[in-house]
Amino acid sequence: MAAGATSMFRDFLRRLLKNRLAVAGAVVVSFLFVVAAYPSAFARHDPSRIDVRKILEPPSADHPLGTDELGRDVLSRMVHGARISMEVGFVATGIATAIGLVVGLIAGFYGRWVDGVLMRFVDIMLCFPSFFLILAVIAFLGPSIINIMAVIGLTSWMGAARLVRAETLSLKERDFVSAARAQGAGNLRIIFRHILPNALAPILVWATLGVAGAILVESSLSFLGIGVQPPTPSWGNILTAGKDNIEFAWWLSVYPGLAILVTVLGYYLLGEGIQDAADPRLKGR
Amino acid sequence: MKIARMAAVALVLALVAGCSKEKADPGGAGAPGAPAYGDAIVDGSIGDVSGFLTAVTSDSASHGAANYVFNGLVRYDKDLKLEGELAESWEVTPDGKRITFHLRKGVRWHDGEPFTSDDVLFTYRRLIDPNTPTAYAEDFRQVTRASNPDPHTFVVEYGKPFAPALASWGMHILPKHLLEKHPDISRSPLNKKPVGTGPFRFVEWKTGEKTVFEANPDYFEGRPYLSRVVTRVIPDPATMFLELKSGGIDMMGLTPLQYTRQTETEEFRTSFNKYRYLSFGYTYLGFRLSHPFFSDKRVRQAFAHAINKKDIIDGVLFGFGQEATGPYKPGTWVHNPDVRRYPFDPEKARALLAEAGWTDADGDGVLEKGGRTFAFTVLTNAGNESRAKTAAILQQNLAAVGVRMEIRTLEWAAFINEFVDKRKFDAVILGWSITQDPDQYDIWSSQKTGPKELNFVGFRNAEVDRLLEEGRRTFDMEGRKKAYFRIQEILAEEQPYVFLYYPDALPVVHKRIHGVEPAPAGISYNFIKWYVPEAQQRYTTFQK
Amino acid sequence: MLRYIARRLLLTVPLLIGISLISFLVIHAAPGGPVEMATDLNPKVTAEARERLRAYYGLDQPVHVQYAQWLGRMATLDFGQSFSRDGRQVSEKIGERIPVTLSINVLSMLLIFLVAVPLGIYSAVRKDSWFDRISTVAVFTGFAVPTFWLALLLMILFGVKLGWLPISGLVSLEYDSLGPAAKVWDRTSHLLLPVFVSAFGGLAGFSRYMRSNMLEVIRQDYIATARAKGLPERKVVFRHAMRNALLPFITILGLSVPGLLGGSVIFESIFAIPGLGQLFYQGVMSRDYPLIMGALVIGAFLTLIGNMLADVGYALADPRIRTE
Repeated sequence: MAAGATSMFRDFLRRLLKNRLAVAGAVVVSFLFVVAAYPSAFARHDPSRIDVRKILEPPSADHPLGTDELGRDVLSRMVHGARISMEVGFVATGIATAIGLVVGLIAGFYGRWVDGVLMRFVDIMLCFPSFFLILAVIAFLGPSIINIMAVIGLTSWMGAARLVRAETLSLKERDFVSAARAQGAGNLRIIFRHILPNALAPILVWATLGVAGAILVESSLSFLGIGVQPPTPSWGNILTAGKDNIEFAWWLSVYPGLAILVTVLGYYLLGEGIQDAADPRLKGR
Repeated sequence: MKIARMAAVALVLALVAGCSKEKADPGGAGAPGAPAYGDAIVDGSIGDVSGFLTAVTSDSASHGAANYVFNGLVRYDKDLKLEGELAESWEVTPDGKRITFHLRKGVRWHDGEPFTSDDVLFTYRRLIDPNTPTAYAEDFRQVTRASNPDPHTFVVEYGKPFAPALASWGMHILPKHLLEKHPDISRSPLNKKPVGTGPFRFVEWKTGEKTVFEANPDYFEGRPYLSRVVTRVIPDPATMFLELKSGGIDMMGLTPLQYTRQTETEEFRTSFNKYRYLSFGYTYLGFRLSHPFFSDKRVRQAFAHAINKKDIIDGVLFGFGQEATGPYKPGTWVHNPDVRRYPFDPEKARALLAEAGWTDADGDGVLEKGGRTFAFTVLTNAGNESRAKTAAILQQNLAAVGVRMEIRTLEWAAFINEFVDKRKFDAVILGWSITQDPDQYDIWSSQKTGPKELNFVGFRNAEVDRLLEEGRRTFDMEGRKKAYFRIQEILAEEQPYVFLYYPDALPVVHKRIHGVEPAPAGISYNFIKWYVPEAQQRYTTFQK
Repeated sequence: MLRYIARRLLLTVPLLIGISLISFLVIHAAPGGPVEMATDLNPKVTAEARERLRAYYGLDQPVHVQYAQWLGRMATLDFGQSFSRDGRQVSEKIGERIPVTLSINVLSMLLIFLVAVPLGIYSAVRKDSWFDRISTVAVFTGFAVPTFWLALLLMILFGVKLGWLPISGLVSLEYDSLGPAAKVWDRTSHLLLPVFVSAFGGLAGFSRYMRSNMLEVIRQDYIATARAKGLPERKVVFRHAMRNALLPFITILGLSVPGLLGGSVIFESIFAIPGLGQLFYQGVMSRDYPLIMGALVIGAFLTLIGNMLADVGYALADPRIRTE
């Protein structure tokens, strides 16, 4: 079993590495991790250091990406903003994934009316324009980072739930589950030992895409003035501050705009790559 | 750009344009060309109108639109002195308790009905009617008796002399014949399709899109030159600026950044005139005075010295504003220029803090006193860029004297309901707009510190209380001035707020539009005299 | 078929009740109320005036009473009166905004469909070719770029620099005085950028979905059979494969309604389009409870209709469903 798993993983890696777009995505994503983990290594300036004598200076040796509307170093803000944006993406997706896993596992495993009730709830949630819900709740509760992460998470778990449920449904009919049951394994043991590990691959792909989505939602909220609030930097609010000066202080909107674009693109290409590599039969799905 | 003219309206946040002090930029005068009728002016507004009856709306977009259609009995002229509008003249009895308005004759509503004192009396009754969801009833409840002895005379009596009364009659007068069948005026058709006495007649309101008005040929001050006024709703400021540059709108308020950096091109200058004047408002840092840190006057004074107001004005306003010293606008009669000032002086701030017992004993750069470090949180509302920037600069200024300030931005309703109203704050960054009448009883009186009341910092000063009463009861301008001058001295000494800055209003108007003459009241006071010379007219299909 | 539709309709009833309950709960999570919003920090509002306004809006009732009343009225599409000072019916306010939002969304769906289907098919047929890779990156770029940023860049290019297209709004000011042909162009030119921006963002999902459907179908036995019969490749792809790959595509079109509606908040703000998204955003910012609840319910309702249409379309296209 162990050897089999290793060779399966090796196959998976081999297929993944052959996909150039996925590799590019992986490079982007890992680079971001490094940036978010060690922001000070990439930017010399304090991201909140204001200098009213240096407002909106174009890129220079000292400020490679220029300065913003309070004379702060844009590179430093971008680098520290990367951390905030990634945090928003990961925590929001983490919440969504956790809910999706629990709902999907329970619905798929227990079936019958439990499944019926939970899936109707999923249907209802799917009917809402989730951005409407997010907007309403954030506007009511206030745009703190915690609220933003929680609300994005709470409105985006339905896809994961459906995915996990479908996997669970097919897995629980499989031989190894029947075998485990025959050996007297309890429900929880079956769920955690046999079904959950097998459902992880698709959920991982889903989560990868979810992180990208959450980063975009944060930038949309920032555009509406209810995203992560300044002076805490996020890519969304740097871009929003830049948009009002888009024509002459191009560096203030072009860099965060590109950063969001490249990051989301990176996550997507990586996610697709993982999916292709994990399921060679359904390549491209 | 919208001009809220009513003295009764004191909205926070509304950086409504208003008054002026400074001269327009060179190049403000247009090329020669005789005044001509015709053409349209297109204005941009962030928000849509919510209704046209000022009594039941409270946003600047609605009030601005209503000003085209309606008139009050009185208004402020270009030098911010009260003058008659629908009232030709008025008299106040020597005891200050009775005002008699003599109304203009021959004025007609847009539907042709004559305007009379019945309409005024009707408006007054509706303002104090519990069925009217108005926020402005308070001034009119001071009235003990109102009557109209003849069609052109209107008399109001007050129990006590009430100086802000006169200005309150700037409230728009409503047509009785169209409203008397509607117990709730906010739900009457008139709130959507107004009929007034004003210089422009209502044409259409496409919700979320635009409002359109056309010149009233029978206006009692003469037909406005411009045939149409269109206000387009453009929610995003960046889009609005692009619309301006591409010719989609003729007029908007610029941000300081746009004013300095984005409109200095030859191309822009050939098409637009920029104006600049001090707006009617100020931004402040307000302390909860019962907070153990801030109950000590020396701490508040230390803050005033530690804050670099000039940096804030340079950084947030690009120099387009003035350092604030109190709650009144420089250049107006009530403003006292000789109050105590607090020049930027971190050393002095540290000394004052040390005097109050705050020292950095453990050398970590943050002050302590009795085991408590000097750390607090300042609150401000989300979505207000200049306040957020102000907060960021304050944070840096205060850090330099050993005070750690956290910034928290909150959505407006939560901010007010959960924090300000419940007094759960250390300090706030907020703004007040400045009304033409200097009465600020609600903001500074110790009677107004209850929940939901506006003296939320909890300022209590017996002398100020007495002076506020005195200011309300005195009609004589010199007498009032004395009271308010003294109030400003006390406020400057006590620093319940650190008054930060008065921002400038920076309107821009297309160059083909002539006759714009900045005055202390701003630019819109002579809107009906704005014109486009025949040859430069652009929207010719509206000609009539 | 009618019975199928009737059954589908019946199934939506519990969904609608769930939708209304969630909308209602979301609203009541809010601290403070609309009256506070309208009167905050206004020196001229007394406590008494505030209470008067509360009673006026029925906010002094207990929450479950408010819900019951609201649910009863909702059944007749009566969402009550807006809290905004215009005091208009919510259904009327939403009603006048829906055509704009819907038509832009339908147009952009159409555009997505027209581009995504061939793109997906071609990418699938030429899997791993340069075309496949470039189109992959291109469609994901559309998804990954922040909408408002892209919109502004396009406005600057086409509106200010080139001067070809209007920047925002629905029609020009002089629309009423234009001739019929000019009117059509005027409307079209105002719609070009918003529809493009909206469609560009949605392209990724659809073209990728089409691509993977195609890939799956191509592997099926009957395709192999068709090929084996010696049918030309064109015919195999378009006649046999595409038709089957399009089927599941219909369903996803229905599911895309909420995403498009949500996105309309952003592009309607930036393009100054008076649609549902903008109305909803304004409602949220001014705590217009009835309006927010109405818009949430209507938004969800539109999704239900979208799903229904998709299901019915699917059933029409695939007879097996009907008899199930």
